[in-house]
Amino acid sequence: MHLVLERRAERSLLAALGSPLLAIALTLATMAILFALLGKNPVAALGVYFVEPLTDAYTLQEIAVKATPLVMIAVGLALCYVANVWNIGAEGQFIIGAVAGSWLAVRTQGTDAGAWVLPAMLLLGALGGALYAMIPAICRVRFGASEILVSLMLVYVADLLMDYLVRGPWRDPHGLNFPTTAEFDPVATVPALIEGSRLHAGAILALIVVLLASVLLGRMLAGFEIRVVGAAPKAAAFAGFDARRVVLFCFAVSGALAGLAGIIEVAGPIGHLQPGISPGYGFTAIIVAFLGRLNPLGVLVAGLFLALTVIGGEGAQIALKVPLDLTKVFQGILLFYVLACDSLIVHRIRFVAAPRRSAHEHA
Amino acid sequence: MAHNRGLRGRRIARRFGHDQTYVTVSATQPLLQAIEISKRFGDLVANDAVSLDLRPHEIHALLGENGAGKSTLVKIMYGVIQPSSGELHWQGDKIELAGPAQARALGIGMVFQHFSLFENLSVAENVALGLPATERFGAISARLAEVSRAYGLPLEPRREVWRLSVGERQRIEIVRALMQNPGLLILDEPTAVLTPGEADQLFAVLRRLKEEGRAILYISHKLEEVKRLCDTATILRAGKKVATCDPRRETAASLARMMVGTEVGPVRAARSRHAAAPRLVVEDLSLEPDDPHGTRLKSISLAVRGGEILGIAGVAGNGQDELFAALSGECLAPQSRNVAVDGQPVGRLSITERRRRGAAFVPDERIGHATAPRMTLSENALLTGHAGGLVRHGFADRAAALAMVDRIAAAFDVRKGRRDPEATSLSGGNLQKFVVGREILREPGVLVVSQPTWGVDAGATAVIRQALIDLATRGSAVLVISQDLDELFEVADRIAVIFHGGLSAAIETAAATRERLGLLMGGSGAEQPPAGEASHAPGA
Repeated sequence: MHLVLERRAERSLLAALGSPLLAIALTLATMAILFALLGKNPVAALGVYFVEPLTDAYTLQEIAVKATPLVMIAVGLALCYVANVWNIGAEGQFIIGAVAGSWLAVRTQGTDAGAWVLPAMLLLGALGGALYAMIPAICRVRFGASEILVSLMLVYVADLLMDYLVRGPWRDPHGLNFPTTAEFDPVATVPALIEGSRLHAGAILALIVVLLASVLLGRMLAGFEIRVVGAAPKAAAFAGFDARRVVLFCFAVSGALAGLAGIIEVAGPIGHLQPGISPGYGFTAIIVAFLGRLNPLGVLVAGLFLALTVIGGEGAQIALKVPLDLTKVFQGILLFYVLACDSLIVHRIRFVAAPRRSAHEHA
Repeated sequence: MAHNRGLRGRRIARRFGHDQTYVTVSATQPLLQAIEISKRFGDLVANDAVSLDLRPHEIHALLGENGAGKSTLVKIMYGVIQPSSGELHWQGDKIELAGPAQARALGIGMVFQHFSLFENLSVAENVALGLPATERFGAISARLAEVSRAYGLPLEPRREVWRLSVGERQRIEIVRALMQNPGLLILDEPTAVLTPGEADQLFAVLRRLKEEGRAILYISHKLEEVKRLCDTATILRAGKKVATCDPRRETAASLARMMVGTEVGPVRAARSRHAAAPRLVVEDLSLEPDDPHGTRLKSISLAVRGGEILGIAGVAGNGQDELFAALSGECLAPQSRNVAVDGQPVGRLSITERRRRGAAFVPDERIGHATAPRMTLSENALLTGHAGGLVRHGFADRAAALAMVDRIAAAFDVRKGRRDPEATSLSGGNLQKFVVGREILREPGVLVVSQPTWGVDAGATAVIRQALIDLATRGSAVLVISQDLDELFEVADRIAVIFHGGLSAAIETAAATRERLGLLMGGSGAEQPPAGEASHAPGA
C-alpha cells in the first residue's frame, strides 16, 4: 500500500470548506500530544485554551478586541495572496500607521482641537501604512525585487523608528522616563462601544472592511482582475489586466488596512504610543488569511478563532503555568496544517496497492 | 555499447541497467496486450473495457476525438496512471506498471506531445537527466551521437536546447526514448509541430524502427498521415473501442465517421469577395523580443481585407508568438502606425482598447493563456468580455456572463458536464470551441487566431474552421497563424510564410503548392536570413 496525491478534475467544494476544519482538528491533536509531553492533562489544557475564554463576558469582549486588528490586516493580506503578491510586512505597516496617526495626536495634545482629530488620525494611519507598503511594491514593479524580503525587512525599520520617536521627540515629559507618549486626549481616542468596556468602534470598522472586501473580490471587475492575475498571469495579460497595477493596488490596500488597524489599536485599547503595541498582529494575520481561505468572510471567522487562542494562551499561562510561547507554537502548527490541507482542494488522496514486480523482470 | 546489437530478425534487446537480456518474440505474439482496460475518474469513464494488441513490426494508430480516452489509455500503458480494471500483458506475461520508470525498464518508450526539456541545458544534459544515473555522462554523449547518427536524427550533443527548432527538439525526445532501446515506442501526435518535410523524415525513421522489429503506437488526428504510415488503426470513441481496422483500406471519410460517429461534412469554402477595404494592416513592424529566447520580428507588413482570410504558415518558433503578441497588444509595437484596425492606428494601445475597436484574438494556448484553467467558463467569458457588456459600474454582470456561456455552448456545440464548469474540466476540443466561440460571438471586425485547431479532434476542427470562414463571409478580416498547412489550404484565401521573424509575400492559395510553401518554411526562396542565423534553419 502506498499513498498517491491525485489531481482532481475540478476543485472540491466540500474539501474547500472542510480543509480548515481538518487543519484545526489536526492542530488540536498535535497540541494534545504536546500538553501530554509537558505533563499536563491534554483534555483539561485544551479546555483552558479553547472553552474557558468563551464562558466569560470579559474574555469574550477581549476576543473581539484582539480579533479587530487581526481581521482588518488579514483582509488586506488575503487580497495580496489571492493576487500572488506576498506582503509579509503588515507588521511594519501596522506600526507606521500607528506612528503616522499618533503624530497628530501628539501635535494636538492639550490644545482645544475638535472632533476632527480622530477621523484625521485614522486617515493618516491608513495613508502612512499605504505609503510604507508602496516601498516593497515599487521595488518589485520597477526593479523586480522580491517583495517578500523587502516588506519583511521594513518591519524592523518601522519598529526602530517608533522606538526612536517614543524614546526621543515624542516622549511624555511627565512619564517618569518611560518610553511612551502621553495618554491621548479624548478627541484622539477611539470611543468604546459600550460604556466602560474595552470593545471599541474599531470592531465595527473591521466588519465594514470585511463586507467591502467581500464585494470587491466576489462581484467587482477589480476583484476579478486580482484573482486572474494571481491564478493565471498569462491569461490576465491576455485579458488586458495590468499585473503591475494589481501589485501596487494590493500593497496599497493591505498597507492602508494594516495602518488603520495600527492607529485604531493605539488610539483605542492602548491609548498611547509605546514599544510593543503589537504582539505580532501583522504576522499572526498571515495565518488568519490562510485559515480563512483568503476569503474575507472566512478571514472574519479565522480572526475570531486566532484571537481565541491568544486569549486562551494567556489563560493557560496563569492556570497551567505553561509558557506564552506555546501560543506561537500553536499558531505555527496551525499554519502548517492549513497549507497542507489546502492541497486536498485540488488533489485527492488515494491508496494504491503496492505493485507486484513482474515475474518476467527477473528472467 | 552498441545500442542496436541483437536487433536482428525477430529479436528484441532489452536492457536492465547494464545487463542485456535478449528475449525471442514470435511473430504472432503481441508485444503488449491491453485486455479490457477500464479507467474511471469519479463518474467519468475515460476507458471502457478497451482491448488492444501491439505487435512487433507494426505501426499501430490510435485514433479518436479529444476526450475519447486516447491519452488515458496511453498513460496506462506507460505506467503514468493505473487502470481501474483490466490487465496489461507484456510478451504474454501479466504486468502491473507502478510508474514510467518500470515501463521504460520493460522496454516501453514514449514521446510526449509537449516536450519536457530544459531550455538552458545542452542536448546531452537533457538526455542524461532522463536516464538512470548509473551511466557516465561521457558515455551518454557518445551513445547519443551514435544513436542519432544510426537513425538519421542529426543532433549536436553540446548544443543548448533553446537554440533548436521544434523539429530538433522532438528529435531529442525520440533519441532519448531510443537510447533505452524500447521494444515499443509510443508517439503522441508527433507531426503536430513539424513541416511537411520534417514529417516525411520522421516517417522514414518510424518505418526503419518497424523493420527492426519494434512495435510503434502512433497517436494522431491526421487521417491522411495515418493512412500513409500505419498498418493497423484502433479507433476510440467516448472511451470505448469502436473498431480495429487496416487504415490503408479505409478512406479518410470512413475513418472520420468512425471517430465522430456521424458524417463530417467538408468545410464550405464558397466565398470570394476581394473588393473590400483592408481592415487589419501591419506596416513595417520590427520588434525586439522580451524573452532572450524569443524571435525578433523583422519589418513585417501585411494587410487583410474584409471578407478575407490570410493564413500565416511557418514552423513553430519563427516569430508566430511574437507576431501574435504584437497584434493583440500584449506586447506594444514601437510605433502606433505599425498596427491598424479599420484604419485606426492601434500599435501603442492595450489589448482592451484594441478589443473596443472591434478586434478579437484567440491565442494558441487554450489553458493558461486563452483561459484561466481553474476558473469557471462564465469567469472566462468575462476575461475577454469585460471590455464589452459584461461589466456595469465596475461590477461583473454574472447573469450576462452565464448567458454568454449558454450562447457559446449552443452555437458551437460545447459539451460540458455542468452549466458552468471550470475551464480545465473540458476536453481540448470543447474548450477550443468555447475559446473561439467566445470571440466570434462578439462579431469582431478583425479576428487574429493562432493554431485554431491544434490538438483538436476532427469534429471540433470542422466546426471551428467553418466558423472562421463564416465570419469572413460576414465581412470580417481573419488572420490565421497555423503550422498546419492542410488547415491553411482549407480556410485561407492567401498564405504568407513566417521565417526567422520575417514574413514572405502572400501567395494566392489557389496558386500555392505544398512544395513552394515548404521551401519558404525552411528559409529558402524568401529574403536571405542574416548570416549566422542560417544554421537555425529547421531540418538544415
